[in-house]
Amino acid sequence: MVTKKKTTKKKSSGSVKATSKKKVSKTDYQVVGGAKLKDKEIKSSREKMIGQHIGYRYDVNLIPDYKHITPFLKKYIDIMGWDDLNWLEDIHMGFEGDTPAVFDRNANAWITLPKKMNLPKGQQDRDMLARELLIKFQMSPNHPLVQLKRTYGKGDNFKLVE
Amino acid sequence: MAGLEKKVTAFQDENLSGRSQKLFFEVTEEENFTYYGNHDVDFNKRTSIDCEGMDAKELNQKIKDALKKGYGSIVIKNPGAKHSLGVGILNKLNLIFEGSLGYFGLGCIDGPTVRINGRVGWSCAENMMSGKVVIENNAGSCFGAALRGGDLIVKGDAGARTGIDMKGGTILVGGNAGAYTGFMMQRGRIIVCGNVSANMGDSMYDGIIFVGGEPKSLGTDCIEGEMSDHEIKWLEQKIKNAEINCKVPASKFKKYVAGRMLWNYDNLEPAEKKGILG
Repeated sequence: MVTKKKTTKKKSSGSVKATSKKKVSKTDYQVVGGAKLKDKEIKSSREKMIGQHIGYRYDVNLIPDYKHITPFLKKYIDIMGWDDLNWLEDIHMGFEGDTPAVFDRNANAWITLPKKMNLPKGQQDRDMLARELLIKFQMSPNHPLVQLKRTYGKGDNFKLVE
Repeated sequence: MAGLEKKVTAFQDENLSGRSQKLFFEVTEEENFTYYGNHDVDFNKRTSIDCEGMDAKELNQKIKDALKKGYGSIVIKNPGAKHSLGVGILNKLNLIFEGSLGYFGLGCIDGPTVRINGRVGWSCAENMMSGKVVIENNAGSCFGAALRGGDLIVKGDAGARTGIDMKGGTILVGGNAGAYTGFMMQRGRIIVCGNVSANMGDSMYDGIIFVGGEPKSLGTDCIEGEMSDHEIKWLEQKIKNAEINCKVPASKFKKYVAGRMLWNYDNLEPAEKKGILG
């Protein structure tokens, strides 16, 4: 990390040093794979091994710990008639840039965590929150697929029941 | 440095532009547990459809008509191993087949719980998004190809290329699995209670394969990993939920993962570099 004092010196002595000034920031982030990231845990062994930043920043092989399940998810499992989290076992809390987010495969987009919500510390708790958030978004009438279906859905089998 | 001058490629030439969309929703809005606009079905409302003399298209339409009427449990009689039965069901549903399915059964499903009291042919539950499929007998090749999510259970044996190109979900095989099981898998979990044939996990990028027996040989970039206590507990529960009588205890299973030697796929090959640099 370059100190502020050194930067000032560089600024006064030439154009090359002025360029280096742009890279210095007051925030303590590190640039990995072109992304500015504040989280210090980002350099996982996987990232070190492949020499590049993994954008989503979670372990895809992490198996859910059912001790951390939330009442909402329990209710969802009961309603669907399943024994466990089923497809939600593959859902994890990742990051889009600096913002905690969960990837929605149906919309092919990230759903970012609202700022008013606190991010739990453990990854298992974060994952449960991500699952809850994803269900709420996917089942919402505001989901982009609902709009798509309204606009482009053809035939009786694909009509929305409204 | 003339030799190192960059050639203008199609990607450098074009000004690529995209459009991003931001949508907002309230996390505390009314709770829905099924997709908006889908049919509200009741698991206690039951009907049966006799498949005799019907083709796949007719039967699939009959299932959709029953869904519209609110039937949550549908029994299909005499499926006669016809191909493409029960495809594209995007609703929660309890579906029971009293017989065997042919090729490409239950493709692209999202939500139903299906029980098949028979066998299945090639590519059963291809591209499945969510739900649970239980097969009481054996399954053919490419079982759960490109699986995205959900639980796919076969109580007997599964053919070659089980879980090929899978991107999520869990495949559970009660018996043995064929050659190239987990070929090119990118994510998800495969559990085989018995043995696995040659080249298991060939070219896998990620995901886990749990094996109760022995794999005949490992494919390129498939290596043995370490099992954690948490994974053993999860495995025990998964086998119990699937109602499989596995003779091997979960703690004796072996775990196989990607060796990650293929993770350099975004680095250009020397020949490609030469092409760009001239």
